[in-house]
Amino acid sequence: MNVLAIDTSNQPLGVAVLKNSQVVAEYTKNIKKNHSVQLMPVINQLMSEAGLQPSELDRIAVANGPGSFTGIRIGLTTAKTLAWSLNIPIVAMSSLELLAYNGFYSNSLICPFFDARRGQVYTGLYQNEQSELRLEKEEVNILMEEWLKALKEYDQPIMFLSHDLDAHRETIVNTLGEQAILPDLPVHLPQAGVLAKVAMTKEPVDVHSLTPNYLRLAEAEAKWIQKQQES
Amino acid sequence: MGEIMSEYQDQYILGIETSCDETAVAIVKNGRELIANVVASQIESHKRFGGVVPEIASRHHVEQVTMVLEEALNEAEMTMDDIDAIAVTEGPGLVGALLVGVNAAKALAFAHNKPLVGVHHIAGHIYANRLLKEFEFPLLSLVVSGGHTELILMNEHGSYDVIGETRDDAAGEAYDKVARTLQLPYPGGPHIDRLAHEGEVTIDFPRAWLEEGSYDFSFSGLKSSVINTLHNAKQKNIELLPENIAASFQESVIDVLSTKTHKAAQEYGVKQVIVAGGVAANKGLRAKLEDTFAGEEGLELLIPPLHLCTDNAAMIAAAGTIAFNKGERSGWDMNANPGLPL
Ligand SMILES: [Zn+2]
Repeated sequence: MNVLAIDTSNQPLGVAVLKNSQVVAEYTKNIKKNHSVQLMPVINQLMSEAGLQPSELDRIAVANGPGSFTGIRIGLTTAKTLAWSLNIPIVAMSSLELLAYNGFYSNSLICPFFDARRGQVYTGLYQNEQSELRLEKEEVNILMEEWLKALKEYDQPIMFLSHDLDAHRETIVNTLGEQAILPDLPVHLPQAGVLAKVAMTKEPVDVHSLTPNYLRLAEAEAKWIQKQQES
Repeated sequence: MGEIMSEYQDQYILGIETSCDETAVAIVKNGRELIANVVASQIESHKRFGGVVPEIASRHHVEQVTMVLEEALNEAEMTMDDIDAIAVTEGPGLVGALLVGVNAAKALAFAHNKPLVGVHHIAGHIYANRLLKEFEFPLLSLVVSGGHTELILMNEHGSYDVIGETRDDAAGEAYDKVARTLQLPYPGGPHIDRLAHEGEVTIDFPRAWLEEGSYDFSFSGLKSSVINTLHNAKQKNIELLPENIAASFQESVIDVLSTKTHKAAQEYGVKQVIVAGGVAANKGLRAKLEDTFAGEEGLELLIPPLHLCTDNAAMIAAAGTIAFNKGERSGWDMNANPGLPL
């Protein structure tokens, strides 16, 4: 199976090409740059180095958020258009789940998160169960302090994975102390190769109805709903 | 033989437009013939906010884009193999909205190994007219929309010389603001146009002619004058009929637009005057321009039908055809450019 995997949902840019079911090329970059400018040149380069024509792809995989609204849309638009126009299946994975795979071989609970400004995060809780990642606590957009209080109830170690770890390190340590595992190794960037590999067996979705996993309403919409409730 | 044949081969360009609140895809043959034209409008969704919310617009675009692409190809009874190149609005517009179209276009071009051309949104509005009539140069185009009020001189295909532009508000913007003050629903332009026809010109609102010989526009003074008039009347408990306000306001806008367009047309000795952009749908403006240019020897006025005035992708495919045949190409690193110059 040949798979192209795309993740532009947060600052890191990730693209991977799976050829004959093997990851033959994987690209990860965590530099604040414009995904719209960079994505297609990277896809083009990896595909040509892998010696694959777009028509030889069997599947497209995409991380569909949460994260930067604009970033999610760049990856998702590209992935959806490729899958639709090549008439091949598309597989979507939560960007948090993808990051959680970096803690796959740990026995602890895994908490991937992305900073969502003003003390908030996009996060969820995962656990490896019989060689599959299981969602232990639903993905949310929440104040980190509030989330950590809920995590304290678990009487188990929790591994935190995030390229925004430093911004929240103090809060995590203050609330969870020894319960928190904060890896020092570079395991905080999602791997597009993992996305491609997992996508081989994951159920494809309908390309037209695939939408971003924003976890948050547009500000104007949230305000509008609030106004309706007040009146 | 093959080379000779290719000269006469029909050319099909697929256009994509997502610069504001319409997700649109079209296919145009030889730059002039509409084969498919699909527009998914979001107006209903933005109405409750009283204007286009950029984030909401972007969300709709990503939800709609593959469906609209499919519909256009189905309507044309074509596949991507039949398409010669992909044209997409590169700017100006809302950046998040533009990004969806640009990335869809790149993916489409990559998947099928097709050339890609970025198009200026205003060039598109002008070229909507070429779907009706072949251009004759020199040509003057009055572009009026929510974001633009410009006079553009063209001496040949794909060459745009901006001889006048607004120094503050665009005409469409002034319409929307006045409409809001009159508490008319969004989008306000058509409501003012409708009201204006029911009322009469009772107030002599100012016209900004600016300095002698200038083809620039200014509508912020007029807008303030309308708002002040309404405010003062309210304080003095004088009742003003909204239809008369609308008629007086519209008269002032249309007077300046048509007078300057007429002057420029004469100075540059143009053969055609083209009206483009959303405000070209305004009945008052259409009537006044038809009046102004009636009886002008050797000068033709072109105003597109309503569905080609508002944002669509046929105009992008039409303008893209010209750019494509001039050899313009965009790379895989093409980006949305909200401030793209013409
Ligand atoms: Zn427009």
